Amino acid sequence: MVNVKVEFLGGLDVIFGKQRTHKVSLSGESDVTVGNLIDHIVDSMIKNPRDKDVFIENDTIRPGILTLINDTDWELEGEKEYVLEDGDIVSFTSTLHGG
Amino acid sequence: MSFTPPSDPKKPKGIKVSQLCDLCHSRKALIKRPKNLQKICKLCFFHVFETEIHNTIISNNLFEHGEKVAVGASGGKDSTVLAYVLKLLNERYNYGIQIVLLSIDEGIVGYRDDSLATVKRNKEQYNLPLEIVSYRELYDWTMDEIVACAGVRNSCTYCGVFRRQALDRGAAKLGIRHVVTGHNADDMAETVLMNILRGDVARLEKSTAIMTQSSGSPIKRSKPFKYSYQKEIVLYAHYKKLDYFSTECTYAPEAFRGTARELMKNLEAVRPSCIIDIIYSGESLRLKPKKTKRAPPAGHVEVRSDGSVSLNGGNFVDGNKCERCGYLSSNRICKACMLLEGLQQNRAKLSIDRDVSTEGAAKLTRTLEQLTF
Repeated sequence: MVNVKVEFLGGLDVIFGKQRTHKVSLSGESDVTVGNLIDHIVDSMIKNPRDKDVFIENDTIRPGILTLINDTDWELEGEKEYVLEDGDIVSFTSTLHGG
Repeated sequence: MSFTPPSDPKKPKGIKVSQLCDLCHSRKALIKRPKNLQKICKLCFFHVFETEIHNTIISNNLFEHGEKVAVGASGGKDSTVLAYVLKLLNERYNYGIQIVLLSIDEGIVGYRDDSLATVKRNKEQYNLPLEIVSYRELYDWTMDEIVACAGVRNSCTYCGVFRRQALDRGAAKLGIRHVVTGHNADDMAETVLMNILRGDVARLEKSTAIMTQSSGSPIKRSKPFKYSYQKEIVLYAHYKKLDYFSTECTYAPEAFRGTARELMKNLEAVRPSCIIDIIYSGESLRLKPKKTKRAPPAGHVEVRSDGSVSLNGGNFVDGNKCERCGYLSSNRICKACMLLEGLQQNRAKLSIDRDVSTEGAAKLTRTLEQLTF
């Protein structure tokens, strides 16, 4: 069981009931990865199934969404392979909205 | 609506040598720069991001000492970061400029009113004066009314034409001759790509200019973020916890630009430097000069398909003024006045349709008026 905080920023909160911060508990037999977290978000957190394409593309986070694990670009943390720990903060920020 | 900053993560336990910043070699690298794939820490990121913008400003001589500069502020990420960084650099490097926030209220309920609330908070947070100019006072139309009249499909056309003028007029009202906007590298690459895809060669050459000014207009425009990646702007706003507004406009975005943007994002995922590379290609393009047409007979006036009339036998003359509003225009009547006229005719028609007096005697009179022999 691992407890993490998930944040949807830069306008992404609209597909999560306009709530920016979510507390998520994930259980698994082995290590829980960011990949598992993304599956959980897609399967049970996105309210409207049609919004899935806003978040995910070709089985990964859609280009244009910035993913940070504890404020570090997830590219530097092994992306989906990163093993979550209690208290981790994972944030997804859309960069696509007008400036 | 208030501002909720992103949460701070807990402190990392141990750091491996391979995770250290490429620049200072002492702190943990948090980001990978899309430009050069360098891995750097938060403090080095702030430093390189700000310094690159400073270098862009200095090498292009964007500002003069004592100049008043209006930041086109929408409340979105780009203009919020721009206002913050310009204020910071102005103090750090003593540009000697006076910064004013200039916002346009298009009159879109549920979108612009919320984003203007953000700009009003920015005004307090950065201690900068703010001026708001509305479509209502300039054109006597709000975007909501225009959409009701002309349909959602044309919304971006109207909004774009009107906003361009509105920024200039707002600046003129404040006695400011320089408007800076938050257009970033992604926007610019997107525009270059769109112009190539559309074959719009006339715009292609001009589209990468960092500063634009027409000889007839006293107001120049510049883009200090020309070389700044959208990703880095968002990261900067995130780490600095800047208060910005992020909701898509209520009206459908321009479909073609949306597709070009998607294409850019997919290209960036494969090759992050491609954004800066496209801008470089755009800058280096030199188009073959157009063959000059045989001069038309004297007094010849060309009427284009949209009803506009060419002046001076079709030669583009910089610095022409619109006959109605005096705004810079290559035609006798500027695009905004032409759109307004179309809207005005529609509004008149609508009010007649709803007119209840079309009964009885009034109806008879109207029918008689339409009779021809």
